Amino acid sequence: MRITLNGEPREIVAETLGPALDELGYGGARVATAVNETFVPAPARAGHALRDGDRIEVLAPRQGG
Amino acid sequence: MPEFYGTHVASRLMLGTAQYPSPRVLEDAFRRSGAGIATVSLRREAGGEGAGTAFWEMIRALGLPVLPNTAGCHSVREAVTTAHMARELFDTDWIKLEVIGHADTLQPDPFGLVEAARILTEDGFRVFPYTTEDGVLGGRLLEAGCEVLMPWGAPIGTGRGLNNVYGLRTLRAQFPDVPMVIDAGLGLPSHAAQAMELGFDAVLLNTAVARAGDPAAMAEGFARALEAGRLAREADPMEPRDMAAPSTPVLGLAVLG
Repeated sequence: MRITLNGEPREIVAETLGPALDELGYGGARVATAVNETFVPAPARAGHALRDGDRIEVLAPRQGG
Repeated sequence: MPEFYGTHVASRLMLGTAQYPSPRVLEDAFRRSGAGIATVSLRREAGGEGAGTAFWEMIRALGLPVLPNTAGCHSVREAVTTAHMARELFDTDWIKLEVIGHADTLQPDPFGLVEAARILTEDGFRVFPYTTEDGVLGGRLLEAGCEVLMPWGAPIGTGRGLNNVYGLRTLRAQFPDVPMVIDAGLGLPSHAAQAMELGFDAVLLNTAVARAGDPAAMAEGFARALEAGRLAREADPMEPRDMAAPSTPVLGLAVLG
């Protein structure tokens, strides 16, 4: 299915968020996720079904003031 | 030393982690300043990049409480969602709440700030709101559940110091028992000393240290200024006066002319 990852269009096979993160190269990374502007906690990723056109945001710790 | 939401902090300096020339310089600045809290943020990460994990390990090695921010958020929804993501990423319920009202001035949106503070407090967050010196707004934030206020000294990144000393002094007097942090706009250690002299509990800064020619030296300069300003506050300074008054005794002055 076609999704948007951090603003960029991507094609993925996975149908839920957890496997999608593995497929997109985030396996084991310290990240937080949101789908369609809604936070998806880590424990809920495996059961979070994705749909065509979903917008996924994957954020990680960064420098800040 | 200040206490925020029941946590005693080892220093009156809260230091940002952005804009340093290198991770080594950042570590030096934190070490020489003795900062008590490190502020951090969160941003998009590409798959396989690993930058977030590396940064997180470096921050953890500092051994300090971290205060994640919602920098760049212009709406309540953005700020609330970012706070939830930060809580999971950094494993803390502390959040430096920024809801920006104007892209050029980076002035807080007071209406969105109060609404977001209420939502987050009800959801268990300990909110550190980036606010102005407005006392009515400060009162609303306290009603919303905030137990700390973080009024700006001047707009973020300007280095102009305490732009409205009268307003800040009034805010301090209006809520004498609320921990308050001057957040943003400081450029020099003298600004930090002035914040202490006015009775504020801590300062939060980033650019003034990170963009100095020698960030570690500037960080230490801020730490010393904070100590000096706090000592002055506790020492009950004299009142300024308009007319000169001799400090050397007049009694016993010779008549020689």
